[in-house]
Amino acid sequence: MSRKKKIKSGLGTGFFTFLSLVYVVPIVVVLFNSFKKKTFINIEPFKLPREETFVGLENYANSISHYDFLKAVGWTLFITVGSVAVILLCTSMFAWYITRVRSGFTKTAYLLCVFSMVVPFQMVMFTLSLVTDRLGLGTPWGLIIIYLGFGAGLAVFMFCGFVKSIPVEIEEAALIDGCSPLRMFFSVVLPIMKPTYISVGILETMWIWNDFLLPYLTLDTNKYKTISIVIQYMKGSYGRVDMGAIMAALIMAVIPVIVFYLSLQKHIIKGVAAGAVKG
Amino acid sequence: MEKVIKRYAPFFVIPTFAAFIVGFIVPFLMGLWLSLCKFTTVKDAVFVGFSNFQKAVFDPIFLHAFWYTALFALVSFLVINTLAFAIAMALTQKMRGTNIFRTVFFMPNLIGGIVLGYIWQLIFNGILARSGAALALSEKYGFWGLVIMVSWQQIGYMMIIYIAGLQAIPDELNEAAAIDGATGWKKLRNVTIPMMMPAITICTFLTVVNSFKLFDQNLSLTAGEPAQMSELLALNIYNTFYGRVGWEGVGQAKAVLFFVLVVGIGLIQLRVTRSKEVQQ
Repeated sequence: MSRKKKIKSGLGTGFFTFLSLVYVVPIVVVLFNSFKKKTFINIEPFKLPREETFVGLENYANSISHYDFLKAVGWTLFITVGSVAVILLCTSMFAWYITRVRSGFTKTAYLLCVFSMVVPFQMVMFTLSLVTDRLGLGTPWGLIIIYLGFGAGLAVFMFCGFVKSIPVEIEEAALIDGCSPLRMFFSVVLPIMKPTYISVGILETMWIWNDFLLPYLTLDTNKYKTISIVIQYMKGSYGRVDMGAIMAALIMAVIPVIVFYLSLQKHIIKGVAAGAVKG
Repeated sequence: MEKVIKRYAPFFVIPTFAAFIVGFIVPFLMGLWLSLCKFTTVKDAVFVGFSNFQKAVFDPIFLHAFWYTALFALVSFLVINTLAFAIAMALTQKMRGTNIFRTVFFMPNLIGGIVLGYIWQLIFNGILARSGAALALSEKYGFWGLVIMVSWQQIGYMMIIYIAGLQAIPDELNEAAAIDGATGWKKLRNVTIPMMMPAITICTFLTVVNSFKLFDQNLSLTAGEPAQMSELLALNIYNTFYGRVGWEGVGQAKAVLFFVLVVGIGLIQLRVTRSKEVQQ
């Protein structure tokens, strides 16, 4: 590199370092407010905790003991992991079937799945909550079925795209060798589709982990709350608002996401790019 | 081969399809039907024709929400895409630390809407308090608050798509442009942007539709304050359902209009931008 270019790239690095720091400011502000006495948070949100305002981990303790925050983390984890596992297994099998078998039914099913991707949630939110209520699906287990149904569109679409690129000959050979279609799917098709499983898994995880309205309307929220629901309850007009506990809850909600992101960064970015192309 | 597979159809088809019927088809069809009914629960639904739609389009708050959303979609589309494109251009240059910068910019995208809203509420209210104001005092604060927040959230995402697009431009094209003496703006206008049209199509579609569908962030940041004036369409529909007894049918009619609108925008946009794509 020439001298001029070196200076230019140095300036660029400096500028973007600054910009990156600015970018994380909102989270850092919440972080140090989470160690402040609750009455000071609204008064001086941009000041670091001082001796007088510092309360250590009290806000975290309040958030956990008064609002059952860890239970909400547990349910969110259960619903997310359960739904994503079920979605991956069921929709990949479904997508493979409707791609390989050509009939009026499979073509319609594919079109319906694509159609469901563009329908905004508000269109079905009221009736979906009626249906789940009637069928007794307002539990974390029932929610898994709802997520399978409502999340099928994107997953089926992405799996179908991939199945089309797998040569049929491999599958035919396995079937001729006496493999049943089920066994063939699990020992031949599934391993080939691993990259798509990762992409779909990441997209569905990001959606379900953060989802608010669907679980809020369908779950029996007296018994089961997800992270988003708890935070909304804490802030909602239910008596006094404990700003300290909210700050702690926000940080506890962000940490798992950042850990998840940093440990799977490459896959996440690839999955997101793959999911975007569907548009 | 199809014959053998078909015998196993129940294993492959039933779980997903049954859930799809329960989780999507039935609610969707019921929603269409109920938009033509007056009801508080399904049992007392009475067919009333298009009167719900009439009430919906003459509801001044719904109309306000429509224009507010349209303006929000336009502004956030411009801000997000301009900045994301510029950052993508910069981060594909030879520079130290590009990977770390990408990581940082993308990160907010994974944070949930409710959490995001409350993070930014603290920041905005903290800033506004210095001049004695607050988010809940004016729809303008809410508007710009939403724009800044969704930009923070989505710039990284669009940046990733633009970076992928930039890296897919063949080197020969850039070299040929350089030989022809095209630099700076000329190269950007005549080489880079035309080659980036597929990525621009995708990002346009995503940002506009995301803005129209925005709900969680709106609920947590302003909750429609003051007096429903910072309500986007999705929140307005929600409040019609759950905040006004006897208006459930109107809420469903609004939801149908909203659905038609979102699908319509998607179709128009795809058509318009596709026609500008470079044939390869």
